[in-house]
Amino acid sequence: MEFMSPFAIVLRVLIQFIPVSMAMAVLLTVSLLFKRRLGLYGFIIETGTGFAGVSILSFWLFTAIFAASVAPFDPLGQIVSMKDALPGAIEANSGLPYLLGGDKLARDVFSRMVFGSRIVLIIAPLATFLALSVGIMLGLPAGYFGKRIDAILSFLANLILAFPIILLFYLLVSPGILETPIPYALAGFFFVFPIVLLFTLFWSGYRAHPKQLALRLVLTLLAGGWLFATFVFDSDPFHILRVSPSTLNIFAAVALASGPGIFRIVRSLTLDIKTREYVQAAQTRGETPWFIMLWEILPNARGPLIVDACLRIGYTTILIGALGYFGLGMPPESPDWGTAIKESSRLMRAFVHPALPPALAMMSFVLGLNLLADALREQSLKD
Amino acid sequence: MLAFFLRRLGVMALTMLCLTFVVFYLVNLEPNLRKLAISQTEMHASDEHIESWLTRNGYRRPFLERYAAWIGVWPKKPNIDAETGKQVSRFTYCEEPSVVVYAGVIEGDFGCSTKFKTKVAEKLLPALRATGLLMFWVMATMVPVALFLGILSGMREGSKLDRALSVVSIVTTSTPEYVSGVVLTIIFGTWLGWLNGSAASATGDGITFYNFTLPVITPAIYGMGYIARMTRASMVEVMTAQYIRTARLKGLGFYAVVLKHALRNALIAPFTVIMLQFPWLLTGVVIVEVMFRYQGFGLALVDAAGNNDIDLMLSCSLVSVLLVLVTQLISDVGYAFLNPRIRVQ
Amino acid sequence: MVEPILDIRNLSISFSTRAVEIPAVMDFSCQVMPGEAMGLVGESGCGKSTVALAILRDLARIGRITSGSIHFNGRDMAKLSEHELRQIRGSEIAMVYQEPMASLNPTMKIGQQLTEVLFIHERVTKEQAYARALDMVKAVKLPDPERIMGSYPHQLSGGQQQRIVIAMALLAKPKLLILDEPTTALDVTVEAGIVELVKELGKEFGTSMLFISHNLGLILETCDRVTVMYSGEAVESGPIRDVFGSVRHPYTQGLFRSMPLLGTNRNSRPIIPIPGQLPLPHERPKGCHFGPRCSHFVDGVCNVSTVAMRSIDEANTHHSRCMRVEEIDWHAPPEAATQTEATGAGPVLLNVKGLKKYYKAAASEFFGGREARTVKAVEEVSFTAREAETLAIVGESGCGKSTLAKVLLGLETATDGTARYDDTDIQSDPIERRDTKLIASIQMIFQNPFDTLNPSYSVGSQIIRTLERFGIGASREERSEMMLNLLDLVKLPRAFATRMPRQLSGGQKQRIGVARAFAGHPRMIIADEPMSALDVSVQAAITELLTTIQRQSRTTMVLISHDLSLVRYMADRIIVMYLGHIVEQGTAEQIFAPPYHPYTEALLSAIPLANSLAKKRKIVLEGEIPSALSPPSGCPFQTRCHMKSKVSGSLCEQVVPPMRELKEGHAMKCHLPTEILDQMTPVIS
Ligand code: SF4
Ligand code: SF4
Repeated sequence: MEFMSPFAIVLRVLIQFIPVSMAMAVLLTVSLLFKRRLGLYGFIIETGTGFAGVSILSFWLFTAIFAASVAPFDPLGQIVSMKDALPGAIEANSGLPYLLGGDKLARDVFSRMVFGSRIVLIIAPLATFLALSVGIMLGLPAGYFGKRIDAILSFLANLILAFPIILLFYLLVSPGILETPIPYALAGFFFVFPIVLLFTLFWSGYRAHPKQLALRLVLTLLAGGWLFATFVFDSDPFHILRVSPSTLNIFAAVALASGPGIFRIVRSLTLDIKTREYVQAAQTRGETPWFIMLWEILPNARGPLIVDACLRIGYTTILIGALGYFGLGMPPESPDWGTAIKESSRLMRAFVHPALPPALAMMSFVLGLNLLADALREQSLKD
Repeated sequence: MLAFFLRRLGVMALTMLCLTFVVFYLVNLEPNLRKLAISQTEMHASDEHIESWLTRNGYRRPFLERYAAWIGVWPKKPNIDAETGKQVSRFTYCEEPSVVVYAGVIEGDFGCSTKFKTKVAEKLLPALRATGLLMFWVMATMVPVALFLGILSGMREGSKLDRALSVVSIVTTSTPEYVSGVVLTIIFGTWLGWLNGSAASATGDGITFYNFTLPVITPAIYGMGYIARMTRASMVEVMTAQYIRTARLKGLGFYAVVLKHALRNALIAPFTVIMLQFPWLLTGVVIVEVMFRYQGFGLALVDAAGNNDIDLMLSCSLVSVLLVLVTQLISDVGYAFLNPRIRVQ
Repeated sequence: MVEPILDIRNLSISFSTRAVEIPAVMDFSCQVMPGEAMGLVGESGCGKSTVALAILRDLARIGRITSGSIHFNGRDMAKLSEHELRQIRGSEIAMVYQEPMASLNPTMKIGQQLTEVLFIHERVTKEQAYARALDMVKAVKLPDPERIMGSYPHQLSGGQQQRIVIAMALLAKPKLLILDEPTTALDVTVEAGIVELVKELGKEFGTSMLFISHNLGLILETCDRVTVMYSGEAVESGPIRDVFGSVRHPYTQGLFRSMPLLGTNRNSRPIIPIPGQLPLPHERPKGCHFGPRCSHFVDGVCNVSTVAMRSIDEANTHHSRCMRVEEIDWHAPPEAATQTEATGAGPVLLNVKGLKKYYKAAASEFFGGREARTVKAVEEVSFTAREAETLAIVGESGCGKSTLAKVLLGLETATDGTARYDDTDIQSDPIERRDTKLIASIQMIFQNPFDTLNPSYSVGSQIIRTLERFGIGASREERSEMMLNLLDLVKLPRAFATRMPRQLSGGQKQRIGVARAFAGHPRMIIADEPMSALDVSVQAAITELLTTIQRQSRTTMVLISHDLSLVRYMADRIIVMYLGHIVEQGTAEQIFAPPYHPYTEALLSAIPLANSLAKKRKIVLEGEIPSALSPPSGCPFQTRCHMKSKVSGSLCEQVVPPMRELKEGHAMKCHLPTEILDQMTPVIS
């Protein structure tokens, strides 16, 4: 078998990432050029941490988008001769190199890492978004009304928080559970929240303007319907996305695990903001409670919530990795980083190269999110 | 004070009841029961075979009755021998009685592990001891280092040292156990050969620096950054407080101000964080134990879950929920104790 | 010749931010003689606190002394080493700040915090230190000193905490004491006690003082000399007598004219606000900083070059930073001072009878058991308010005035009694059950301008939302137009409609608050301490705005305030509240003339007067306001009352005095016999 020199490997990797780096270059230059007009984002990109965070994240975002052209091989394809091949080994038929070597099932480690980004980049933000809508929808009334509602909701949140996450995953993401309606019920429950949230938002804000209200409600309904059809029933009418039941299950489990945390943050923010005089001013002009919660309180809680969401996407990524690591939910051949780490770590004494790329990918992505969150927090502390 | 504790205990009991009920429900789902039956009989058992095994061993009794029996408020019934009609012990390897008895959690009987073919208590206690040891060492390395780093960087906000340490802690919080474990094993185990990439020997031969370092520092690294950042934030806030200026203008030097006035106040907030770190560490411990083959609670949990070992699963959840609730209680009480503002009211 | 203790010459301080260097203090000079009290007065942002910190060399990292010198006791502070600096701090110069709670370490016992000072600076044994600290606690007149030494800061009330901070500052017998707004966070009657204490101790220990405040009255009461600051510069300085007696700078004069004087009201002597607002530090005008707001401004004279401070009397003690000191006629009456007719009050709009509001409060958030205690926030309150009338509710914290406002607004419901508004009983209608008309007709102006606007929406959209809510205007365009008219009404440029609240100054935000409150053409406005968070000159502008709008719209105003000069100025009738009870009520004239209720008397005596000619009878109250959780038995005021001894027996401790009518419309709750009331003399003469 022929091998490339280390230098050639590096060069080739860089060449493979050309579409990504071009897209990044465009994005970052545009951002820097127009930073004065980009508000918060402009300020963040100016700071060192912010710039680093945005760069790393955009790198992975574009990698996920251009995965098909960045990766030279099929992430699932096995070319027997390349079993446990070392980095730079050249595959005889195509003449293309296994840049970072092959794993024990003779798949290209580099391509798997590239394709793995797609899985994380879809699941982690979306699951966080679901958890966010649940947390907002329940945290606001808990903080605003207090009393019994708060007692009940807080008890439920603490109940879930008292569940060790790993146990929760073992119970909820086991293969057997797919035969029961539980994951569908759970996912259906979670996917209702964004729709309900938007409905309440528009209803409380635009009641005086029936036309605008109707328009917004219809749009919500359409978007919500598509979301529901695609994710819960895996029947995307436009055939853009396919969501297998096991992926759905991961959504549900991850949203369930981070929902209570967000709930608690929203609740404590609400408790704080509701004592402000502008909330009292809204009360004295007779606004409805939901208007006050969604239009007066929520916009002012956005700073800490965005920071938290950033951190939480990172944490969710780690959780999804852990799921993969325990072989839960993801199909065993899946290229996601957690599964890849698990697969390769068994043979670590013999072959190191299949383990490192997914591990570093995972770490850098989370690092990017944490850096961004840090920059955001700094910035929001400033004003 | 007493009323407070009683109320807290009440809530804790209620929480445990609710959670074990959920766990009990989930492990008793039809697919899970079948999984259990298959692993207990043989691989290619027929449907009738499975059904009869489940019926014989009492898994077909009403759900609530079995839950109550597990708790210990309902009698546990032994198996009935199909031929003789006599009552026989269900799982002999656990010396289950052949008579009707109350033998649930509140009687101190945690049931029988079908996977390990022994009593749950006998499996779980040594495992817990092993995990306790691991957790202790993790905490003992992680907390002091994290607090030190946090105080150091929060002491002078925005200084070069602060920036450098902040980057370090962000990087460590971005490195989950299964990443750092892999990287560290590669460096110290495979390449340098200084440390053992497996802690399997720790169970038999006792822990050594060689086999125990990696399992300890792997979760410690991940948790450290978080505590350090919390400590830093708390320290930064305290350092801008008016009373720090008072202390400075009394004529105290910088380090005296930090030690005498800032430290105590700055450590109140991280205390809560540290206590809440225990349950969170549990996940890390499971990963580490699996990764380094360390015979502890985490490995037991994974094995129990993989084989749907009902009683072991339930006990595992009981233990972990208890850990969460107790640490929460300690964190609340300790917070009040550290913070005279709350304590004396 | 005596050397000054503190000698600041031509001091300039800058703060460097990301982009530019912003001068915070420019060319500031001031001397403090041994045993003398120097006042430093100015509005927020004028640089007075920066000066204080510069003296102690404790500027933030971004702050820097760019020129000038500070000599303390003959030594150049800039040349001291860190070590020498530490020796001076706390032992020779000590400081007291605004927030007593924040300046004490919450996790350290009082005793420890006090003795620490001695351990740092002197060789003392534990016993000596303790004994000296204890003596000092006694000297600041705290009850039960031993117990206080062993307690934590949060176990003391605000006034007590401030006394401890003062004790801590004086413990090492410093030569100079810097007090930065030491009483701003405290209630008036508590403030009076602290001021008295500072004066006494200053004399006793012979300490020189630098007293920083925004309150001219306080300065007059405590200081020998005063320096007035504006926009980073000293604009006038001199002996109290001169500055207060013969003002020689237009800004100082403007300050005096924008304060309501006791004994005048909005009809007889309208206040004249200083036009415009404080320039931002990086937008200061060329030449005289006060130029754009000054009525004596002359183009080509005032805006040519930096104006210097110069002496304007023979004794070389009175200085002013004005180009035209000699030309201005300082005795000319203000131009705008036109008197107006009092608007006659209309029919009764609000009639409150026997209103009560009790809360259930859990004993403690944390270890609290189930026993809930009742807080009697408002007890048996009765009063009326007429159309176009201003009714003031006066009292210190915890007196129930804000709760009362909440009941009227429907944010709380009453426990008992009635509140009849127009023709409907509103006491038990929460706001959700009120119809839009009623809601629009009772509106509120809030206390804290920084909090009263939602930071997420533009100013205009917040006013439009209010209009929309009240169903005013038929279309978006119409409402926009109305919103712009409202901006005109509160004298803000129309361009402000698209601004975000954070781009506005405090006074401007408060104007928006006023516009919003008047959007629905309310018949009754409740104003909860509307000026207390604003600077003097801004207060004046808002006060004037409110009175003008009220006069035009014949709105009833319920003014909640602790500031008696403001109340005297604005109100037709006054209610004095203490711990949930109305202790006295009557017309403004009746309240401000004897006979007084003992509490009213103390309140009046506590107002710091900025008038060097007025004489005040001193009544300093003992102790603190009791908590509403455990009110005293009998008369609510009995724990602090200075007249209690004049009532026979223990009547005050046992029986809540009944409301008794003295004259038409004047009533009070007090057991004092009529003869004693009749002998009372005016507090201020
Ligand atoms: S220098 Fe001119 S503008 Fe300035 S205060 Fe004097 S008269 Fe007014
Ligand atoms: S009743 Fe007695 S205690 Fe109360 S105010 Fe009158 S004199 Fe003072």
